[in-house]
Amino acid sequence: MATAADTRPDADLDAFRAEVKSFLAASFPDSLKGKGNALRSVEGPTDETAEETAWRTAMAERGWGTPTWPKEYGGGGLSKQQAKVLQQEMAMAGAWNPIGGMGVMMFGPTLLEYGSEAQKQEHIPPITRGEIRWCQGYSEPNAGSDLASLQTSAEDKGDHYLVNGQKTWTSGGQWADKCFCLVRTDRSDKHKGISFLLIDMDSPGVEVKPITMISGMSPFCETFFTDVKVPKANLVGEEGQGWTIGKRLLQHERTNISGGGALASLNAQPLSKIAEHYIGTDENGRLADPEMRVKIAEFEMAWNTFLLTARRAMEESKAKGGVSEISSILKNVGSKLGQQRAEMLIEIMGFRGLGWEGEGFTDKELKHVRGWLFGKATSIYGGSTEIQNNIIAKRILGMLDHQ
Amino acid sequence: MAVLNEEQTMLRDMAQEWTKNESPVTAWRKVRDEGSNFDPAAWSAMGEMGWTGVIIPEEFGGSDFGWMSLGLVVEQLGKTLTASPLVASSLAAGAIILGGSQAQKEAFLPRLASGELVGTLAFDDGPRHSGAVSTVAVSEGKLTGTKPFVHEAESAGLFVVLASDGVYLVEKGAGVTLSDRELTDMRDHAEVTFDGAAAERLADGGDDLAEAILDRARILTGAEMLGMAQHVFDETLDYLKQRTQFNQVLSTFQSLQHRMAELFTDLELMRTAVEAGLQALDTGFRVPEAACLAKSRANDVLHVISRQGIQLHGGIGMTDEYDVGFYLKRARVLEASWGNSGFLKDRHAKLAGY
Repeated sequence: MATAADTRPDADLDAFRAEVKSFLAASFPDSLKGKGNALRSVEGPTDETAEETAWRTAMAERGWGTPTWPKEYGGGGLSKQQAKVLQQEMAMAGAWNPIGGMGVMMFGPTLLEYGSEAQKQEHIPPITRGEIRWCQGYSEPNAGSDLASLQTSAEDKGDHYLVNGQKTWTSGGQWADKCFCLVRTDRSDKHKGISFLLIDMDSPGVEVKPITMISGMSPFCETFFTDVKVPKANLVGEEGQGWTIGKRLLQHERTNISGGGALASLNAQPLSKIAEHYIGTDENGRLADPEMRVKIAEFEMAWNTFLLTARRAMEESKAKGGVSEISSILKNVGSKLGQQRAEMLIEIMGFRGLGWEGEGFTDKELKHVRGWLFGKATSIYGGSTEIQNNIIAKRILGMLDHQ
Repeated sequence: MAVLNEEQTMLRDMAQEWTKNESPVTAWRKVRDEGSNFDPAAWSAMGEMGWTGVIIPEEFGGSDFGWMSLGLVVEQLGKTLTASPLVASSLAAGAIILGGSQAQKEAFLPRLASGELVGTLAFDDGPRHSGAVSTVAVSEGKLTGTKPFVHEAESAGLFVVLASDGVYLVEKGAGVTLSDRELTDMRDHAEVTFDGAAAERLADGGDDLAEAILDRARILTGAEMLGMAQHVFDETLDYLKQRTQFNQVLSTFQSLQHRMAELFTDLELMRTAVEAGLQALDTGFRVPEAACLAKSRANDVLHVISRQGIQLHGGIGMTDEYDVGFYLKRARVLEASWGNSGFLKDRHAKLAGY
């Protein structure tokens, strides 16, 4: 519900809007409209063109790629309202944020909360400038959904840790500069024996092997650590505090998966329009496949309810000054709907929705096939649907483990 | 739960308190066992608390608190299955607010606001809802035809009737005959036959008046269904936390935890859709779309929750002595009212142009 404060015309905000408009007019070239942020993509890096570099630098100078982060570490220092104005004006200009990736979405906010002053000064500014890529060293071959069983060890060697073990599902590991990693510093306690460590990917003993997925893409890697020396200064928080910090980071991850730009724009091109193109309409102007027409209506209604629920969660958090209970359901609902939509697209397109490569398919069709296959990951990563259901049942509904 | 203002919070808390103390499910059980339509004392209490006038403008004796506020009350009544014509009568008032002349408003709204007069909608010609269409004809101010299933018909003194050329007001009296229809929910339903009954047209609502009235019916019925779904969910969760099998409390079984987590997710999505519908009525923004969403989510989710409510209670859920069955039986009646999910999906597609 809008309050008077939200709708009050604010002179300062108007001035800020004017500043954004003139900045965009001067710094964002039309030729970059509709392109995307290469750093944010898990499909792989794209070398920046000179124009893209100029755009990224312009945004970095103002800290506007990370608009609400503190100015002292290179952020924009903007209020939430100003950040919203910035977002609105960028959307209107067709501009995109050139600064992203896991550093922005997950690691940065966590380090700002838990890092030492020295760590913030070292790591946050390069993130705000989009100069550095971070990857996540969480999952291991035997620690997926049961993440706390992880075995990669960091042994105390006085002035440094010696890290040994293997991580998997390291998104973008082959392109990353640094890794935020959960490591075991104590074998006697499953949760309290975990620490949060920052590792340079070019350290001797770090080896990365991309994993080819069913989609044919290799966005994930296996990462091997063999006697990797990591300075003690790279420990975030206290030794043994890694599980707490790691979970906080996962909250940022889930928020991004469920509320992130990718999902919000998922239904930008309505299924009904695509279906009219592939299936056609009957004499009454209705989609010629009546079952598909109902399925599309069902999907759109579910999708609208999901978006309204995401908005409700935001309004509730704002009013309560904390996280809304229902935010935990958004990851499950969002990933389910994304997968449903991809399956429906295939059904709509028929064979043209199943092309692997080569002639006879549009780029969009081919991209969709890969997206359909890659999308199967959304209900597995970031805490699987089953894990989210455990969280809902235990934390919200108070259903406990066997006694 | 939508973020509420102070007035809405007070109204909701009052309704919650009242239903808990004065109108628990045992009160409904008593009404059913006596074979009556509702408890007159409860209805007059609702009038005194102002619930009958929540959406009616102040100049006609209401409080003009809006649909969201009314929905909050109706949701509480749904939780305890309180038998009353509040939904039907509010919808009749809503129809007059939308399409009534000044004279019609003056004649009916103050009496509806006080609860002294009960109104209801008599819209559908057949056994299932098929939109704003009717073959009932009016000639020279006299209405003739049959409406086979009318909610709260015995209690009503005023019928808002859909005819082939518009919406009419008909007062109970000469030319109006009722035949009781006992549906599975044991609430007040009847077939209403009009035989030359005096009818006044609601002339000011525009071409979409009947649709606008139906949209209100869909959303407000959704609010009642939300209360029912919430109650069945809460009761079932409590039951799982108490009942022991294989030396373990049922709520510790992961398969049941996951089922409840999924029902919780469905329930919260239903809440979003219903509350968004009520808010749409207050702001007037995209009401038809919001109504489709609210009622279709309410249909689908209450359907599943009312079934799972029985299943998860096991054998005791099958007994008349236990309450959960009442919700299943009322759920299906409300699902069939003002559009089942198939109808609403079709309507959504039409509104979206495909």
